[in-house]
Amino acid sequence: MSQTETGELKSTETAGTNTKSKILQALESKDLNVQFTDALDNEMVLNMGPQHPATHGVLRLLVSLDGETVVNCVPELGYLHRGYEKLAESCSYHEFIPHTDRLDYLSPMANNVGYALAVEKLLHLEIPERGQYIRVIIAELARIQSHLLAMGALVMDIGAVTPFLWAIREREKILDLYDIICGARFTTSYTRIGGVAQDVTDEALNGIKQFLDELTATLDDMRNLVERNKIFIVRCEGIGYLPKERCIELGLTGPLIRACGIERDLRRCEPYLVYDKLDFRVPTYNDSDCLARYYVRVEELVESVKIIRQCLEKIPSGPHNALQSKKVLPKKDRVYTKMEELIHDFMIINFGVNPPVGESYSAIEASKGELGFYFISDGSGHPWRMKIRSPSFSNLQALSEMMNNCMISDTVVIIGSVDPVMGEADK
Amino acid sequence: MGLEDKLSKDGFVTAKIDELIRYCQKNALWPMPMGISCCAIEMMAAAGPRFDISRFGSEVFRFSPRQSDVMIVAGTTTYKMAQVVRKIYDQMPDPKWVIAMGACTSSGGMYRTYSVVQGIDLFLPVDVYVAGCPPRPDNLLKALMTLQDKIASGDRKPFSIN
Amino acid sequence: MNIERLELLKSKLQQFEAEYSDTNGSPGFYIDKDSVIDACRVIKNDLGFRSCVDAISVDRFSKKLRFEMIYNLVSIEHNERIFVKVRLDTKSPAMQSLSQVWDSANWYEREAYDLMGINFENHPDLRRMYMPEAYEYHPLRKDFPLMGIPDSIPLPNK
Repeated sequence: MSQTETGELKSTETAGTNTKSKILQALESKDLNVQFTDALDNEMVLNMGPQHPATHGVLRLLVSLDGETVVNCVPELGYLHRGYEKLAESCSYHEFIPHTDRLDYLSPMANNVGYALAVEKLLHLEIPERGQYIRVIIAELARIQSHLLAMGALVMDIGAVTPFLWAIREREKILDLYDIICGARFTTSYTRIGGVAQDVTDEALNGIKQFLDELTATLDDMRNLVERNKIFIVRCEGIGYLPKERCIELGLTGPLIRACGIERDLRRCEPYLVYDKLDFRVPTYNDSDCLARYYVRVEELVESVKIIRQCLEKIPSGPHNALQSKKVLPKKDRVYTKMEELIHDFMIINFGVNPPVGESYSAIEASKGELGFYFISDGSGHPWRMKIRSPSFSNLQALSEMMNNCMISDTVVIIGSVDPVMGEADK
Repeated sequence: MGLEDKLSKDGFVTAKIDELIRYCQKNALWPMPMGISCCAIEMMAAAGPRFDISRFGSEVFRFSPRQSDVMIVAGTTTYKMAQVVRKIYDQMPDPKWVIAMGACTSSGGMYRTYSVVQGIDLFLPVDVYVAGCPPRPDNLLKALMTLQDKIASGDRKPFSIN
Repeated sequence: MNIERLELLKSKLQQFEAEYSDTNGSPGFYIDKDSVIDACRVIKNDLGFRSCVDAISVDRFSKKLRFEMIYNLVSIEHNERIFVKVRLDTKSPAMQSLSQVWDSANWYEREAYDLMGINFENHPDLRRMYMPEAYEYHPLRKDFPLMGIPDSIPLPNK
């Protein structure tokens, strides 16, 4: 973080040369060549990030200020660009599953589900009902996990630390459940093409049930603590307003678009898995400010709890993986004992699942918004091109518009309400 | 505590000055959380109520490099980010230590791509490497304890935690 | 998408000689790069596709018309999704920027410019999205190695 007067700040890439970096050129308006008599009278450029506690990762913002008011703001991405799309072209379809964990690392399970569904759409594969219910449960757990942290971080940015610690405590319980379900606490890699890695045990299902009861109690405590707090309301209400038309125009998804009164939720609009058999509400608010986004997230949490409760009641017994030996990995114990399974396992691991030539797009409603995968297949075991449509990336695009004419202290609240995850935004 | 007993009895302690300084240094390591990606969340969990890093005297996470002793680099370091990491490291006052948390930070990990630095030891001196993708918070605590042992022994060679 | 809307879409795009291509259940249209702006204005204003949620750049690695841009368009009122595809030249891939029609195409096109090297004319702010500004290559092209070009990006001194 450094603050200097306009023109004196140079980014790290071009330090030492006379030309201004392109990001600085983008920030400055063209008619800035005015002589100032008073040094305090001119606009100041403030560099936030990439190492800043409120930017939720490595987002960098260049903000130009008039006093304490933000005049213009240019986000700079790419500090976590890991080259996923290039990497996918040299991975087989199965090999890429662990990479999806690290996209939106606050809700790894939802990414697993989204990726598996996209590949299955490309393969025209349908999975059994038990597998679908398991996927709904873990995707909703991921939403709870992500929204808890989003709420906690937003409130912490405003200045209250207690709800954040409570959110972390509840989150640890979900991570423990993941430990029972799939054996890893953070990066899960649980889904497989055509199903899930292993069936959920009764122990895990009972654990989830118990966790939901505990969560409802904690959530009530948290809401009592936060929502009647005057500081919280004053700092959120009316901040980061974006009109409905602009939300549509900028292609926002997820809680951001639902906070401006549009009932756009892919679970309802383009139902996947068994969401059309479940009863849930899509919460919407009309204010389109930080407070509305907070409320949308909280109510989605409540709805997620409702969805999981229904799934726990309805989950049928039976197989969890599709019965297609040429596409779906066989069980490990059968690979070691049966010839047929050994051959299939060898073929799938070494040559891949070989989907038909063609293109396919499939998206799910992840916790941040529409998470989509566009595949172009040339019939081999590797995708020819895979494009990740990440919700954080497109939601961040609205950031500079939300920040127009806000105060400098509101920037952290606005970033918290957009809730970007840079692993996904930078790909 | 032995120190309190001694002080109440004799009113003074004798020690070598560098050992005394190391003793003070190792029990108040203030981390600079260089949270870049996934490992940052596990670092937060280590600071959270369950794992509670304050048991080791390191609960004071300072986001300003001027006030910190140990930099925990948590997450994939890209070439673009490397400049920033180094700049922040240079701003830290001596003596300073670096923990490379996670596989990506230690060796590039699963990202053998054009944009990822294959290990931060290419541009930073690293004291402790932690394996795992991401490491569990317990592993980070182990790394911190190893660093404390290392400071106490006065050794400067790198360690790795599996 | 129901059949009436699809027929309406097809008839509206007839004047631009759009070529229908199915994308695993969602309709897609190949449109010539010279008429893409006019066609997209029709798609946005007359047919209600007011959001552009993604743009995909493709390297087909063929001799002719190697590159391709695919725009992912959504109509929230009608709950529909279509893809608009544009084929681009091999040597100097360039097209009119669709950020003149949808504001959100701004960042998606910057991403395509950065990673695939496609030039967008009349783009308001064409800079690299992810890679450092001084970087010379376009990593997602098929002739670029996965590990990159050694020493093309400087590291700080130890």
